[in-house]
Amino acid sequence: MTPSSPLSRGVAMVGAGMSKFGAFKGKSSRDLFVEAFKHLSASVDKGLDPEVIESVYIGNYSSDLFEHQGHTAPIMADAIGLVPRPAIRVEDACASGGVALRQGVMAIASGMVDVVLVGGVEKMTDLPTAAVTDTLATAADTLYEVSAGFTFPGFYAAMATAYMHKYGMQPEHLMNVALKNHENGALNPLAQFNVSIPDWMQSRIASAERKGRPVPTWESPWDFLHDDQANPMIAWPLRLFDCSPITDGAAAVLLVAEQRAKEFSDHPIHILGSGQASDYALHDRQDLTHIAAAQRAAQQAYQMAGVTAEDIRIAEVHDCFTIAEIIATEDLGFFKPGDGYKMAEDGVTARYGAKPINTSGGLKAKGHPVGASGVGQAVEIWKQMRTQAGGRQVDREVPLALTHNVGATGSTCVVHIYERRD
Amino acid sequence: MSEQPQRPFTAASFNQFLEEDKLMGSRCTECEGLYLPPRALCPQCHSQNLEWVEMGGRGKLAAFTSIYIAPTAMNALGFGRSHPYLTGVVELNEGVKISARLLGLDAQKPEEIQIGTPMQVAFLRQGEGENQKTVLAFRPNAAKV
Repeated sequence: MTPSSPLSRGVAMVGAGMSKFGAFKGKSSRDLFVEAFKHLSASVDKGLDPEVIESVYIGNYSSDLFEHQGHTAPIMADAIGLVPRPAIRVEDACASGGVALRQGVMAIASGMVDVVLVGGVEKMTDLPTAAVTDTLATAADTLYEVSAGFTFPGFYAAMATAYMHKYGMQPEHLMNVALKNHENGALNPLAQFNVSIPDWMQSRIASAERKGRPVPTWESPWDFLHDDQANPMIAWPLRLFDCSPITDGAAAVLLVAEQRAKEFSDHPIHILGSGQASDYALHDRQDLTHIAAAQRAAQQAYQMAGVTAEDIRIAEVHDCFTIAEIIATEDLGFFKPGDGYKMAEDGVTARYGAKPINTSGGLKAKGHPVGASGVGQAVEIWKQMRTQAGGRQVDREVPLALTHNVGATGSTCVVHIYERRD
Repeated sequence: MSEQPQRPFTAASFNQFLEEDKLMGSRCTECEGLYLPPRALCPQCHSQNLEWVEMGGRGKLAAFTSIYIAPTAMNALGFGRSHPYLTGVVELNEGVKISARLLGLDAQKPEEIQIGTPMQVAFLRQGEGENQKTVLAFRPNAAKV
């Protein structure tokens, strides 16, 4: 197995920003990326002269199919005035952003460059839903999985059935994850769904009253979530509110060699650990209820950082579907196998719980512009660790945090651990 | 084993076998590792010597889903929101697993489907005329495995 050597030299994050996530007709990838870069520039405590940036890594899954635009990295670099720096596109499905981050870390640790811009971008909403589903499905095994009729919600739904069978979870348990992540997303002004599920339900009721339509009789968010009209089945047992949305968005972070961090900020966030692993197609895995690549990536990152799962205060995990968050919290070692859904039910993963997960709203509520998501996770960690997360700021110090980014069904997983030292 | 045709270990060969109502995997002649879908290289011992093996076609349901929001290809076959279809992962008695369509179970009542249900292979002819192809499927097996 891949050994987890410490970095040859330390790497720090000294800036982070993201565009608003959502559905933006008329905005292309480059427009979104410019927005993210401007947000990043404003976040650098001592100011950013873009001229100091030496290299650009861009996580992007499929601008080719989504926008009919390949070779995205130099176009992004050009959009923010960074030609002629080397610009590298990184593609590992929905883990593209997290893997781009890892490439940026490795570039600095190698000693070749001191200042790297890591971005992620995806423009998904130009295509109709069926075509988006088809495009996402290309991240799976086209020859042996997609041919069997699998879709991405379908894969995670199948994992959910295996998990339910093994651990006794019910479909209703999944709803706790959606309720919690929307509650967080409601406090994130850059989230696609900047609204809690109870408020969403009330606005639907108000809208029906206003339009003189039959008024739904939901008495609680649970009624709403069980309503086949309001929350239709996508792939049993996953309903609409179990699925992350189709999103346009971009995110970016600025990485520098640790010894130069002071030029940019007195409060840098250090990248303490990084791990990445790959895995087989879903059917080839011994255990369908966990993602071995995530477990391996986490082990590598913990080992490199010299910390354990218990030390991590908050984490942004890859909740592309509600079941994915439950499995992630077990794969990362936060909870025992089979306990993840109980912890979500008991509020342990809530913002005010013992192990806050996805304070940003997660992919579920913040949105999931696939190539940008892994970088967007780092942006939330940056804000939380520096107590700049506004209304969703956790109520404790965050000396250690983690991001967990998954490609496809887990055939790529990448984990990073962050430290605040001051 | 020499009776098995020595076709290349490709998806095209696998699909051609499906047309002949055969579910074929590959086996490493060095370490006996068994692979379905077939592999051309052994990931366990990295041997390059593999042979085709016909699978018994019986096993049990390991995971499944009923898909209501279908991809374009399944939409074209009439599946979708009001006509969901079942797909899943079946573990064969030989110990290997594969993704496949699931037949003979009610896609409208997925909550009644049990993991562990004994299944047997079915070769589903899909499409018409020149576009017809055989898709791997499984259906519940009345006899216990």
